[in-house]
Amino acid sequence: MYSPQIVVEALLNGLMLGAIYALIALGLTLIYGVLHIVNFAHGALLTVAMFMVWLVCARYGLDPYLAILVVAPLMFALGYGLQRFIIGPASHGKDNGILLVTLGLSIIIENALLAAFQSDTRTITTDYSFRVVELGPLLLSFPRVVGFGVTIATTILLWLVLHQTDIGKAIRAVAKEKLGASLVGISVPHVYAMTFAIGCACLAVAAGLLMPSFYVSPKTGAAFVLVAFTIVVLGGMGSIPGALIGGLLIGVVEAASSLFLGDSLGQIGIFLIFIVTLLVRPTGLFGARA
Amino acid sequence: MLEVKSLTKRFSGLVAVDQASLSVAKGSITGLIGPNGAGKTTLFAMIAGFLQPDGGSVSYEGRDITALAPHVRARAGIARTFQIVQPFEGLNVQENIAVGAYLHTPDASEAMRQAADIAKRVGLGADLTKGSSDLTVAGRKRLEVARALATQPKLLLLDEVLAGLNPSEIRDVLPLVRDIRDQGVTILMIEHIMQAVMNLCDTVYVLSQGRMIAQGEPKTVCEDPQVIEAYLGHGAAERLRAEQAHA
Amino acid sequence: MTKPRLATLAIIVAALAVIAFAGLSGALLNLMIFMMIIALAAQGWNILGGYAGLSSFGHAAFFGAGAYAMAVLQTRFGVNAWIALVIGIALGALVGAFIGFLSFRSGLKGSYFALITLAFAEVARILANSWNFTGGAAGILLKLQTGLPYLQFADRRYFLLITIGCVAIGLVVSWWLEHSRFGAYLVALRENEQAAQALGVDVFAVKMKAIAISGALTAAAGCLYAQNYLFIDANVAFGSWISIEALFAAIVGGSGTVLGPLIGAIVLLGLGELTKGLSGGIPGMDLLVFGIILVLSVAFSPNGLVMLMKSLGLRAPAKAKEA
Repeated sequence: MYSPQIVVEALLNGLMLGAIYALIALGLTLIYGVLHIVNFAHGALLTVAMFMVWLVCARYGLDPYLAILVVAPLMFALGYGLQRFIIGPASHGKDNGILLVTLGLSIIIENALLAAFQSDTRTITTDYSFRVVELGPLLLSFPRVVGFGVTIATTILLWLVLHQTDIGKAIRAVAKEKLGASLVGISVPHVYAMTFAIGCACLAVAAGLLMPSFYVSPKTGAAFVLVAFTIVVLGGMGSIPGALIGGLLIGVVEAASSLFLGDSLGQIGIFLIFIVTLLVRPTGLFGARA
Repeated sequence: MLEVKSLTKRFSGLVAVDQASLSVAKGSITGLIGPNGAGKTTLFAMIAGFLQPDGGSVSYEGRDITALAPHVRARAGIARTFQIVQPFEGLNVQENIAVGAYLHTPDASEAMRQAADIAKRVGLGADLTKGSSDLTVAGRKRLEVARALATQPKLLLLDEVLAGLNPSEIRDVLPLVRDIRDQGVTILMIEHIMQAVMNLCDTVYVLSQGRMIAQGEPKTVCEDPQVIEAYLGHGAAERLRAEQAHA
Repeated sequence: MTKPRLATLAIIVAALAVIAFAGLSGALLNLMIFMMIIALAAQGWNILGGYAGLSSFGHAAFFGAGAYAMAVLQTRFGVNAWIALVIGIALGALVGAFIGFLSFRSGLKGSYFALITLAFAEVARILANSWNFTGGAAGILLKLQTGLPYLQFADRRYFLLITIGCVAIGLVVSWWLEHSRFGAYLVALRENEQAAQALGVDVFAVKMKAIAISGALTAAAGCLYAQNYLFIDANVAFGSWISIEALFAAIVGGSGTVLGPLIGAIVLLGLGELTKGLSGGIPGMDLLVFGIILVLSVAFSPNGLVMLMKSLGLRAPAKAKEA
């Protein structure tokens, strides 16, 4: 059996990894809550953001955390364009169409990256990549502590954007009543694209937070996509606090199950949570809509 | 034939149907009327098995069917149409109707033959190969009825089959409903168009704010002050009576 | 919508068999075997995703069940290949019934159903990867033994013939769907579940049958795959690649049609080979093309190539009626 200190450390580190998961899930749940679509390309878009961060850092020697400032606007623009000019028109507004178009996009992105970068994994080493923070007797990974803090800050920022700005109000209006919003002059395709763009910008932040301690390869995002869906389903599709709490919870579960079951079986815990949630309570912990 | 006893349905605190009872005699056309939002469609959904009631019971031919699934009720002879027509878009008119006919025959050519017969009976004989989305509103209502008839029901629940039709189309459909009854099918219909209710129904029930407030022959029910108030607001019955006295 | 006649199907199958013996090179023969295996997997996907409208992202679960049954039964228990094939197919149906029972009980459809099937396939992949019984991460190597009783042939044209035979069965199953009560019920619940219930359709039972047949067909593809390549591991048998190719072939060819999956598999894999050749082996180019074709076909031809060809050929002004 492990000593309590190791267990607590693992769980705390899991909690902080969970924060970054939450950030990835935040974009997904926002898109679901407003557009009512399951964005299957979310994982692939995370990979894109991670490669952007990697490029910016490797080429121009920028710090990965600062790279967020460059990559976030790029991802925002990419997200806007994708929704407005590809996903929206190509899916004819049908659920199945959206599911298939975003699946197609994820395959296009993944394999375009594979063609461009091969399947090698790439990392960024910073002088703080392996630094630890001492918290009493516990040792915590520095990049994860930063990730935790920035996630909380980003969530608050997102909440402020949604509640204090005009576009935020428009987004919430469209989420509640699409037809009514369009009747009072809100352009629904524009709001959809803005929402998608914000979701993608969240991915840029997550990418910047992940890169100092993680690696990127064209398939990296695929590993995150089911985790992100699990979080979104667990937290309740469309619920922002749900995504945050769901993310933290999943981080802890993952840490615990890989501690006790080993790395390869550890993932199973997440999938089982996903399956059980969908079967037993598809509205999640915080979701209201069936 | 159908006995509904104090059915109740709540939606998150709101009582949509409150202890509503009604009975439908074999061979009759019974009407269910009431202002918008009275809970008629909810009551229908409970009778057909699409919603589980929070209280009360439904019995059919003397058997309690409250807990049965919709498809089991359909097999027992209860068919319904939907207020908002729900055709199978990917199928043509004949195939749509055949889905109903399959209830009593597993044979495809037999089902298609029956479907063609029923299409003729409801006036869709010329539209067999049309896509259901190519039909007019009236055509789709007829398709809705045809599909239900194809299951050879003993009790037919019609949910506003006349809504959205113009007066001449209504005049065409009225005899169809009567003809169905004359062939031995008992009918319970939700209807807004009073002319049709007066014309067709033997008995009428009035639902208002989830409660059954009146029942009887169409004529008596229409003169019931409670019913008038339910439709036209509080005090309306008295005003109407006063006006009639002056005239 | 004109439905293909049985005679048409017979001609197509005969044509495939003739091509098989027309003196193809080894590489082309292998490609054609692979096309038939994918077509069969796609035919399975099409029963559930096309006719019943329940898009699965996890048909790897069935494919892998078949492949592993084939490999484990032969290597560990010395079961005859043909019997293993039958058991593999039955196992696919059983896995289908298991996933279906859980998902349909809870009323899952649309994206929820797609995601849960994906999760089931991933769980199967991880389990197969870490369990010694299934060979763990090393996978399973099948013994090379040629001869009819071993379902392996020195002359690979005979194996191709077997795969064509299985695809023919898939065609007949789909054809039967279009001419039967069961098929009509599938389409009815795809278009409108409530209305189907009102007409006496036991939606749950119909879906269960559909996923079992679907699982059986795709598992058959898995069995043939294991028998053809004589090696499987978790990432091959339960990997998302097969879920995606089965879905792609069915949708690009025309989901909910008899010939769609076969046409889709031939077109997609043909194009894939072409791109691989043209791009000089850049990794991922073929899948990149698949992705683009999928997006384009959803955007411009939601009913697939079969319907596209029909509307171009039969009715000059294509009647593009959107539901």
